[in-house]
Amino acid sequence: MSLDKPYLDVPGTTIFDAEQSRKGYWLNQFCMSLMKHENRERFKANERAYLDEWPMTEAQKEAALARNLNWCISLGGNIYFLAKLGATHGKSFQQMAGSMTGMTEEEYRNMMIAGGRSVEGNRVVGEDGNAQKHRQPQGTSTAQGRL
Amino acid sequence: MAKITASVFTSHVPAIGAALDLGKTTEPYWQPLFAGYDYSKQWMKDNKPDVIFLVYNDHATAFSLEMIPTFAIGCADSYTPADEGWGPRPVPVVRGHPDLASHIAQSVIQDDFDLTIVNKMDVDHGLTVPLSLMCGQPSVWPCPVIPFAVNVVQYPVPSGRRCYNLGRAIRKAVETYDEPLNVHIWGTGGMSHQLQGPRAGLINREWDNAFLDRLIADPDGLASVPHIDYVREAGSEGIELVMWLIARGAMSDKAPTVKHRFYHVPASNTAVGHLILENN
Ligand SMILES: [Fe+2]
Repeated sequence: MSLDKPYLDVPGTTIFDAEQSRKGYWLNQFCMSLMKHENRERFKANERAYLDEWPMTEAQKEAALARNLNWCISLGGNIYFLAKLGATHGKSFQQMAGSMTGMTEEEYRNMMIAGGRSVEGNRVVGEDGNAQKHRQPQGTSTAQGRL
Repeated sequence: MAKITASVFTSHVPAIGAALDLGKTTEPYWQPLFAGYDYSKQWMKDNKPDVIFLVYNDHATAFSLEMIPTFAIGCADSYTPADEGWGPRPVPVVRGHPDLASHIAQSVIQDDFDLTIVNKMDVDHGLTVPLSLMCGQPSVWPCPVIPFAVNVVQYPVPSGRRCYNLGRAIRKAVETYDEPLNVHIWGTGGMSHQLQGPRAGLINREWDNAFLDRLIADPDGLASVPHIDYVREAGSEGIELVMWLIARGAMSDKAPTVKHRFYHVPASNTAVGHLILENN
């Protein structure tokens, strides 16, 4: 019997369940280590060398080096862990969230001030809202997902 | 006999803590949000509790992936504000209430809720931001706090029904504590928000306000709402709202008095909701 996962058809959304958590264990634990000031300094001094201390997959290391949060999440990352990586680079939660949409920081901030993203068209995969796959990336950011 | 006299519900967005700590509360972006808590700060002074039972979630701070307790009750003497990556918030150390916390743990576990007992942990913005919103910036917090951490980070999180029933068990536990303490229970987190993926920034004002309406008038019905509705309608991180049902379940079965209600969009990525209910 397979498990009940009714959340797989929510567009633009990855639910961090036990399966994702297994996949992302070392990526997330690496992020966790960045809660210590001295580790943040060591990481910033040589990101690749610091990452090589962790039994992460090569793709996870590349995603972390690329500061690409959507990529990290697809490899099992969770936003609350990835937030430590963002914080290490001096970024806020709003900058992190915005980086995953393709919008510039200003475009994302303005969307929030205007009341946020509408749920209309964004409830189920296959509708036509702005979070759907065929409408990515949103906005005019040239960062290609890099935080 | 101890008694729960009131419940407080509020979002706990980290950017709110940063705005306070950096002295930005009067900036046009933040002013309307903090104005929504002016009443609340006065109410806290006028109705000072002996203990706050504070339901919140840890955001990969005290609990990494090494251990993920579904329900964890803090039984320690004190809790240090955590360094979440930006450095620790400059807020007072949180004093605990080990006696009442241990009493509640024993009673609630005997009622079939398998709590994890925590005697050492740091507390993150989930706990300190609500304290800041309700108490301002004092040099010491006005009373002891019992942290009660709920897993809403890794799915599956506890159901609304389980949270609501747990609240009822907490009520019973408090009422069997001999010392006549005035206890407030807080439910924090939410409201609608999504912090990840191309759907980041989702806000659902109608759903949030219907949630507030039902939390006040129909909590039992609200407890039946399945997780997927929270995710679809209020965003992947909007699931934090299930924690509000713990605090609501701990209130009396009689209809509460609504002392304050506030809703504001945005605080960073999030809709902010706030309620103060008094028991009758
Ligand atoms: Fe939260």
